[in-house]
Amino acid sequence: MSEKTYKPGNYPDLPPPPGTVGVYGWVRQNLFSSISNSLLTIISVVLLYYLIDGIIGWFFLDAVFDAESKIACRKIDDGACWAVITRRVGQFVYGFYPELERWRIDITFLTMFLAFAPLLYPDIPKRKWLLYFSAFYPFFAFVLIMGGYFGLQKIEYSLFGGFMLTVILGVCGIVCSLPLGILLALGRQSNLTVVRTLSVCFIEFMRGVPLITLLFVASSMLNYFLPPGTNFSILVRVIIMFTFFSAAYIAEVIRGGIQAIPKGQYEAADALGMNYWQKTRFITLPQALKISIPGIVNTFIGLYKDTTLVVVIGLLDPLGIGRAALADTKWNGLSTETYLFVALFFFVSCFAMSRYSLWLENKLNTDKK
Amino acid sequence: MKTKMLLAGVTAGVMFAGSVLASTLDDVRARGKLNCIINTGLAGFAAPDDKGNWTGFDVDFCKAVAAATLGDASKVNYTTATGKTRFTKLAAGEGEILSRNTTWTFSRDVDLSQTFIGVNYYDGQGFMVPKSLGVKSAKGLDGASVCIQTGTTTELNLAEYFKGNNIKYNPVPIETNAEAQELYKAGRCDVYTTDASGLYATMMSFDNPSDHMVLPEIVSKEPLGPVVRHGDDQWADIVSWVLRAMMAAEEKGITSKNVKELAAKDNKDKEINRLLGKDPLQGLSKLGLSPDWAVNVISQVGNYQESFEKHLFPLTIKRGMNALYRDGGLHYIPPIK
Repeated sequence: MSEKTYKPGNYPDLPPPPGTVGVYGWVRQNLFSSISNSLLTIISVVLLYYLIDGIIGWFFLDAVFDAESKIACRKIDDGACWAVITRRVGQFVYGFYPELERWRIDITFLTMFLAFAPLLYPDIPKRKWLLYFSAFYPFFAFVLIMGGYFGLQKIEYSLFGGFMLTVILGVCGIVCSLPLGILLALGRQSNLTVVRTLSVCFIEFMRGVPLITLLFVASSMLNYFLPPGTNFSILVRVIIMFTFFSAAYIAEVIRGGIQAIPKGQYEAADALGMNYWQKTRFITLPQALKISIPGIVNTFIGLYKDTTLVVVIGLLDPLGIGRAALADTKWNGLSTETYLFVALFFFVSCFAMSRYSLWLENKLNTDKK
Repeated sequence: MKTKMLLAGVTAGVMFAGSVLASTLDDVRARGKLNCIINTGLAGFAAPDDKGNWTGFDVDFCKAVAAATLGDASKVNYTTATGKTRFTKLAAGEGEILSRNTTWTFSRDVDLSQTFIGVNYYDGQGFMVPKSLGVKSAKGLDGASVCIQTGTTTELNLAEYFKGNNIKYNPVPIETNAEAQELYKAGRCDVYTTDASGLYATMMSFDNPSDHMVLPEIVSKEPLGPVVRHGDDQWADIVSWVLRAMMAAEEKGITSKNVKELAAKDNKDKEINRLLGKDPLQGLSKLGLSPDWAVNVISQVGNYQESFEKHLFPLTIKRGMNALYRDGGLHYIPPIK
């Protein structure tokens, strides 16, 4: 501390003592404050160096980005052989969708953001017009992806695969399960015995059965119930199962939100003479949904990742495409590269969802903190 | 009102049932495409290439049937199935053929109401271990952990063999071949067991194949073959004779290169003439096939040998049991007359 003395009420703004601010100060305070601390810092830096050097080397410096096969890769360098990805990126993204028709998927995917924008961001300009497009979008997407109308070539579902399949399953499941989940949550709280019993049965049954069992039901059992030859595509069956499964979870998350609303809110609504639907629409749901956002997004992320389970019923999601690539004698054995690539895709999608939910929470935050 | 709706439902059901009664061949021709159920990925037997075209030994057979029935080997829709879902997919009509390295057993044939139309690959279950384990025989595997694909005959064979020899083991259940490779490489299991063909394919994928070995014991018979549903003998005949035509072509030296030439001229060997449509083959019309069916198969897909060498030789799989009987193998083809 400075040795100078000042008269009371006459302190000038002095700079902080040297060595306590700036990079130097930070390093001294946090990394080298004592002997043991300094030792730890040095050891950590050395370890980090080797670790990062190895990782960067394997990922980038020694990696091969294009080659004919795994053997060709190994001849060039001994790092990661990303050629298995670069050579098959089309398959990872579109599955076996015919190459000439892939523009249809691109358009569907890009317009999806346009359709979702007014639903996800309430402040967007021209929201009303965009909402019309959102309502029309499911039909638009269905026709464009499946084909068979307006001179578009009809595409068999067995050609679907890769990230496209994940996004289709995930988005359909998410979009359909939210309204169903809300209805189930309201049904469970209902005073009408029949509605309540049915909701409880549905929720408890769906939550009590593993998703993989439901997928097997979708893939095999339903065929026995339906008349043979009915072309009820497995894709639709799987989407229905995903929707039911996650709707049950969503319902419970939202029920938690509904029960967290203070009783005074309902009483106030009753006092204002609101009927059930008014009360639900203006009092219950806005508050309940806001409370349940983290839980809902949590369920969605879970659902999105669960789509990889379809591999057990023979649908080729990115993981399945990766495994099929590994079965090619050219690429046999490059599992690390394949799985890392698929993991990256899932991380990016799930992280985006999680960020959106944080943004929404902050936007809707009315707590007086 | 209710009865009316019920009646409508029943009528619809009967109509659907009616459409099923139409022959499988007619269904395939009306659709213009053959639906074929294949593996989700098994080296040499079924795997997509970089362009997304399925290739492999089992895939070739789908193509051969499409060539025989539709005249074009490329008119196939592939549906992938895992070991657990393959039979239900076939039973549910998602495919006309199951060509997915499926072992022919009594209960699968009889109990599941399927028809195995022949054997296109004789396999047997073996064990692969790292050489560092120091085991020379499967009898020395006491206490080992074994990676095993669930829902397959190999699972049952393993249990029977080890129980019969009083060997204890820890099964590590897995879903696919690729997963097994990972677990085995990571040392999660000491032994990997599946059909010997699969073991060789797996070994090829390792960075150092010479560090591993396949033990001498082959503990089971695994005759792998294509499967069709019960109830349409015409279709079963077509599929089985396509397989035999491919083998007969190898026996008679007909290849994809010389088939057009042989089909055009009058051969001394009358069996070649009958196979290639030069001389009439009695009963072919009952099968609903055109006289050039075998020419289509051999010119577009190749004979048995060509398919085998193209897909399985890269995995260092030898002909062995899968040679023709005259070369000491098990494939003995009924005469085409």
